[in-house]
Amino acid sequence: MKVTYRWLQEFTPIGVSPEELAAQLTMAGLEVESLEPVAPPFSGVVVGEVLEAGRHPDAEKLSLCQVTTDGKNRLQIVCGAKNVRAGLKVAVAMVGARLPKNVLIERATLRGQESRGMLCSARELGLGEEHDGIMELDRSLPLNQDLREALDLDDRVLEVNATPNRGDCMSVFGIARDYNAARRQPPIRYPQAGVAPGHEGVFPVSLESSGCPVFASRIIRGVRPNAQSPEWLRERLRRVGLNSISAIVDVTNYVMSELGQPMHAYDLAKLTNGITVRAAGAQEGLTLLDDKEYKLDPDFLVIADGRGAIGLAGIMGGRATAISDATTDVLLEAAHFVPDAVSGRARRLGLFTDAAQRFERGVDPTLPAIAIERATALLMACAGGVPGPVQVTRSADVASPEAPWVPLRRDRLTRLLGAPVPDGEVQAVLGAISEQAQTTAEGWRVRRPSHRFDIRIEADLIEEVARLRGFDSIAEIHAVVSQIPGAAAEGRVPNERLLAAMADRGYREVISYAFVDPVLQRQLFPEAPTLKLANPISAELSEMRWSLWPGLINACRENLRRQQTRVRLFEIGSNFVTQNGEAGGLKEIESLAGIATGARWPQQWGSQSESADFYDIKADVLSALALTGDASRIRFQADSLPALRPGRSARIYRDGVAIGWIGELHPQVAKAVDLPVAAFLFELEVKASFIANVPKFNKISRFPSVRRDLAIVVDEGVPLAVLQENVTVSASGLLSELRVFDVYRGPSIESGRKSIALGLILQDSSRTLTDVDADAVVAAVAARLRDVLSATIRDQ
Amino acid sequence: MGAADPLSALVNQALADVDASADLAALDEVRVRVLGKKGLLTEQLKGLGALAASERPAAGQRINEAKTAIHAALDMHRIRLEQAAMEKELARGAVDVTLPGRGPDTGSMHPVTRTRLRVEQIFSQAGFSVVSGPEVEDDFHNFEALNIPKNHPARAMHDTFYFPDGRLLRTHTSPVQIRTMRATPPPLAIIAPGRVYRIDSDMTHTPMFHQVEGMVIGESVSFANLKAMLHTFVERFFERPLGMRLRPSYFPFTEPSAEADIECVFCDGKGCRVCKQTGWLEILGCGMIHPNVLEAAGIDSERWQGYAFGMGIDRLAMLRYGVDDLRLFFENDLRFLRQFP
Repeated sequence: MKVTYRWLQEFTPIGVSPEELAAQLTMAGLEVESLEPVAPPFSGVVVGEVLEAGRHPDAEKLSLCQVTTDGKNRLQIVCGAKNVRAGLKVAVAMVGARLPKNVLIERATLRGQESRGMLCSARELGLGEEHDGIMELDRSLPLNQDLREALDLDDRVLEVNATPNRGDCMSVFGIARDYNAARRQPPIRYPQAGVAPGHEGVFPVSLESSGCPVFASRIIRGVRPNAQSPEWLRERLRRVGLNSISAIVDVTNYVMSELGQPMHAYDLAKLTNGITVRAAGAQEGLTLLDDKEYKLDPDFLVIADGRGAIGLAGIMGGRATAISDATTDVLLEAAHFVPDAVSGRARRLGLFTDAAQRFERGVDPTLPAIAIERATALLMACAGGVPGPVQVTRSADVASPEAPWVPLRRDRLTRLLGAPVPDGEVQAVLGAISEQAQTTAEGWRVRRPSHRFDIRIEADLIEEVARLRGFDSIAEIHAVVSQIPGAAAEGRVPNERLLAAMADRGYREVISYAFVDPVLQRQLFPEAPTLKLANPISAELSEMRWSLWPGLINACRENLRRQQTRVRLFEIGSNFVTQNGEAGGLKEIESLAGIATGARWPQQWGSQSESADFYDIKADVLSALALTGDASRIRFQADSLPALRPGRSARIYRDGVAIGWIGELHPQVAKAVDLPVAAFLFELEVKASFIANVPKFNKISRFPSVRRDLAIVVDEGVPLAVLQENVTVSASGLLSELRVFDVYRGPSIESGRKSIALGLILQDSSRTLTDVDADAVVAAVAARLRDVLSATIRDQ
Repeated sequence: MGAADPLSALVNQALADVDASADLAALDEVRVRVLGKKGLLTEQLKGLGALAASERPAAGQRINEAKTAIHAALDMHRIRLEQAAMEKELARGAVDVTLPGRGPDTGSMHPVTRTRLRVEQIFSQAGFSVVSGPEVEDDFHNFEALNIPKNHPARAMHDTFYFPDGRLLRTHTSPVQIRTMRATPPPLAIIAPGRVYRIDSDMTHTPMFHQVEGMVIGESVSFANLKAMLHTFVERFFERPLGMRLRPSYFPFTEPSAEADIECVFCDGKGCRVCKQTGWLEILGCGMIHPNVLEAAGIDSERWQGYAFGMGIDRLAMLRYGVDDLRLFFENDLRFLRQFP
């Protein structure tokens, strides 16, 4: 909200500069977001009067003017504005004047006529965008006065960000009041200006909703039709960001800006019967001042006359009864709507109005009559008219009881802030926010002032004491903490360790959005019942991820487009897994996933560049799983997933429980998602995968081990896991390690078969194994493999 | 004896031959020629028998001395030759130490993760537990229980992503406060880092970002404690002394509420483009937990009190590492990620 420095000064003396004022307001909780001059710097512009304005002899569109700035001397000035005429008070830039944008006014000759200065438009002085002509100054301004002084152009505009709890600070008066309180001065009161009625007419009002306890109204007859506001009022509105529309509208806006009371003006001639404030009917239609029709329901409060709704209470007036250029008799309204009756309603209709913003936060219910008087005085000054009496209608069922006392206990204040506040200072603060503040046995009590909707409980008063004394006044004191030891769980691999492990394998961590492109997700998981957002930011980010793969594939593709050739990315984050696409049965499953494309190693000298394959990525996955201390629980089993290439994909199990997937991206999918190279993917459920064993020490054998190598020829279809199982079973407990050191297919092996070279490391914990022992193991293994897997042993 | 003494001549010749030996073979030749069974010096020894008995000891001693001298020279020269040979060998095996090493390279953690871990480390050392909560929340935990009823103007500050059934993506990490309070009796000290979501997208807003929530509840946990904790945190995080100020603000779930500004880390508070010439950077929101929030979680607000704070992890990372566009964190460009080893 915008206010000006000078306007604030009308309500409380401000002894500090605008900069200092802004700093003080900010530190009192009214954050000043900007402090701007009302006009850019310029000099040498004074108030003048056009004495004569005639045609330029040689230019049709120019006028040749005689102007005086001191009432004696005449200056000849050539002017191009249409509105220049004799008798006009104008802004004269004298020879030597400096205008905004570095314009220097010099003596000039225009089409043969001397021109000694310039008559300025608002735009030329940086006072607005209007370029209809030169400025028409108020007739009362004295000649030769510096324009900056005449129009108060050294004023400053403060943009104040009032927090949603401070409806009372959404006006010039309210900010002045809070500034005053911050200086621990007694509360200031609203300006009271009574205008005596000149006729007896009132318009009947009845209130049928507790949402509107007070409704002040006044008829003003005989207003000059289409009257415009005086320059000073228009200028004030401009400074606080409001456009001038007509005298009537400007006055209501002015009073709202000044006192914080939203007002409305009806064309009395368009009103029928009386006014009723009531709940809207179901599907009741209403066309507002924005020319749009809205369908309402009983949750909305409307102002209605004999024909139906004529305004949306606390939000916007209706079109049917709006004032026009022809309006002469006006009904002014200043009502109080309680926050509950207004809040959220404007947003529901997609509206954002100054009135709604104020009523939602709370407007002082004592303001309506005061605002009506203020508006009456202003309107009469701008547009004449004769006022009737102020009629204040109160809702019958609201007795408006006096606000309850809010207590403040001394010990509570001390305990919450962490240090005692001297009684005198508490007293000063409470006395500055309320006219009713008293001491009690335990401390103090305060009656909530009618404008403070945010003071309800003790904590609110503690806040006031802290805020108005300044948070700086509270020392920093470290708590004396309880010393309860924390946890150091060893039963899980910590995520930090996983992050480090993946990074050490050459992967870079990414963070991608949890909502993904449904098209991509469908390509990867055609069957998944995914969860959709009701109000996504875009179609490409409209579905919660089922897997981290969509994000990784995107990131990989974008990096390939950025000329990266070898990509290793990983992410740890939640997947959103539902049974039926609804949020109800949702599980958020933390996953670790990765993607790899390009060469096995970064390009380097001395080793040939080879593309990474399934087994490189499998090693990466296993290196992470090895952190659990027991990778032997892990099993890879060939399995298929639409996203993965058949024959190169596997499901990963831990103790028989499925924990993830690994494989090559299906070439068709890769093509569809625009990935030009083979990519390998994996994904593991973190919780199920990274259950760690607490290490248990095994005695190290003192006896040497024996190694025997076997080259075993088996059918293509025999997986290593099966081979391994049979070797282990037949090695009679002496096998301490089994290594696979070659897999060979070629001319020396019959087709459909493969040769697998195994290294058996044999060891006993109680004696040195002899050749006889080792040979016996090899013989047993060979026999079993022959029998069970039809294996042959090469070069034994 | 004179210059014509044949033993001296022999020794001199032998020493000269040793020095002139270019390799071990030549050296061995000299040894055999002088000291071998039929060597020149051996012949001299044999000649002793021809001398008078009185002359023999002196002559014998001279020959032995000559023998020792030649042996020593042979040994010395052999060592020299071996060393030279070794040096030559080593020189042949020299490598270009400036060629790159071989093998895999190292990846990296995301700067936001790196920042989160540092935040966790700092608070853990002060006794805070690290907890987490769901990202898909309900209205109760995200708003109601935090003293933000329906229609509350503060809801307008949270542009919320909804699901068709009314659930939502949490707009802040504050719901974790509620879940923790309902699950664990006080006293409590927790932080809850995590992803949060708001409908917003520009240079300083992304629809997903990261916050860390903090909450401490005790019987006398005070505003003064809050100030001390946060100020110490920012100084630890930025690893330098740093001015901090609290400005009164408003959050429905705290009272009093404050926003904390730190001295601009780019200009040391002098005023620059980043801090919009104010010298201050807004860094977090905080306050004393509102009694309504404690009560809604079943905690007696007469006995227990505490503070809460929330800050943007991404913002901390931007300030710490000088990243000027929030969106970079989520574009996952390798050229960006590589800058955070």
